[in-house]
Amino acid sequence: MIEAINISKSLGNLKVLDNISVKFDPGKTNLIIGQSGSGKTVFLKCLIGLFDPDEGSVMYDDVVFNKLPFKAKKKIRQKVGMMFQGGALFDSATVIENIMYPLDMFTQLSFQEKKERARFCLDRVDIKDAGHLFSAEISGGMQKRVALARAIALNPDYLFCDEPNSGLDPKTAILIDALIKEITEEFNMTTVVNTHDMNSVMEIGEKVVFIYQGRKLWEGSNKDILDSSNEELNQFVFANNLAKQLKKMNSDI
Amino acid sequence: MNIIYQIGKYFILLSKVFAKPEKQSVYYKQIVKEIHSLGLNSIGIVIIISAFMGAVITLQTAYNMENPLLPLYLIGLGCRDSMILEFSSTMIALILAGKVGSSIASELGTMRVTEQIDALEIMGVNSASYLILPKIIAAVFFNPILTTISIIVGVFGGWVAVLATGVVSSEYFIIGIQYAFIPFYITYAMVKTVFFAFIITSVSSFHGYFVKGGSIEVGKASTKAVVYSSIVILLFNVILTQLLLS
Repeated sequence: MIEAINISKSLGNLKVLDNISVKFDPGKTNLIIGQSGSGKTVFLKCLIGLFDPDEGSVMYDDVVFNKLPFKAKKKIRQKVGMMFQGGALFDSATVIENIMYPLDMFTQLSFQEKKERARFCLDRVDIKDAGHLFSAEISGGMQKRVALARAIALNPDYLFCDEPNSGLDPKTAILIDALIKEITEEFNMTTVVNTHDMNSVMEIGEKVVFIYQGRKLWEGSNKDILDSSNEELNQFVFANNLAKQLKKMNSDI
Repeated sequence: MNIIYQIGKYFILLSKVFAKPEKQSVYYKQIVKEIHSLGLNSIGIVIIISAFMGAVITLQTAYNMENPLLPLYLIGLGCRDSMILEFSSTMIALILAGKVGSSIASELGTMRVTEQIDALEIMGVNSASYLILPKIIAAVFFNPILTTISIIVGVFGGWVAVLATGVVSSEYFIIGIQYAFIPFYITYAMVKTVFFAFIITSVSSFHGYFVKGGSIEVGKASTKAVVYSSIVILLFNVILTQLLLS
């Protein structure tokens, strides 16, 4: 279980996060949503330890993660998989080497076993024949899949995804969403996804947290969003005409 | 105050770099890779520059020795000692600061802005140690070899210049390069080379590792890496010369 308690964070003179508390549902797909610049990426980086919060605690199974020394943090980090917005694939390595990297670093498996595991992960994200290619040689959608495959290589307990759909066409975005949800259920992971893609919210948001100007304004399930009376959330979620009509239809019913 | 802050940050980075490696076998592979990238790939430029430097030193010494009382073998001696004492260690270090230093800073800077370093940290890898330590070890190990190659090629370049121009006979030149040889000069050159290798890799890594922003900042970091490495090399050249030769 991951829990953020009273997280505040400033970057320079700007207060980016203001007293955010969230308990993420274990074994489910949790979404952090908000406008660009609302602080959701900083919040995610606080959760995974890339930023230290100025105040508050990040709990992993009753352990205060942000107060741990470097070595103790490393042990928890090995249970964490992360899919970065840009993929963050090692560009001097092939796809298969990227996925084998965490296995090389943290397991005692033989080369053949590591290769089999990497192939399994690639297979799981529906890329079979790209193992020999370098990351610059594959498309953006494939890079996201490879990043996801690398994130699950060590069979983590927690999966974090930062804007998994950014820069993708709608069809590929839906496929990536579906993949994240399937993998979360299959590996029984707690997944936290940072997104501003409304399709993701509706498709995979078992728990949704809305951040507005560094503060948590709302949380609930994707179904609750339709009935929400929170003005900022409605303005954000139902920004386009189609979404507005959907909201109106729901209100009429 | 900013200089003190940066120096402090540099030493904190070094303390992370010299932490115990997570998995030694992976580090060995990285060291071999870096020896290839930073060392073997520099042999060509070192050979070309050293050959021409040796030739020019020989010709300049010859054309400036107009006094008939000076023995002609001094031309060979001058070439040998100039190469050993200064050119093969300091000049080659400055050239490598340009070639290797900018390459290290841009590699690490690009990894930083594309979140590859963050990805390593999330996995629980000590990214500073994993990325920088193999570069330092590779350079400290291989740069003395480059210096040795440079000395040999430089003296050979001087000899070729003698043969090609006839400023002095080949016999005098060969007598000169064998005359009054002080073995400690080699030790002095190697000690300087090891220090300079450490400076090039660590200072350049520092500038690349802490890049913030995008591609323009990566370019700036690369330039800074070369400038600061060169300044620190020149500073340590004076300090080491005073300490070792006084």
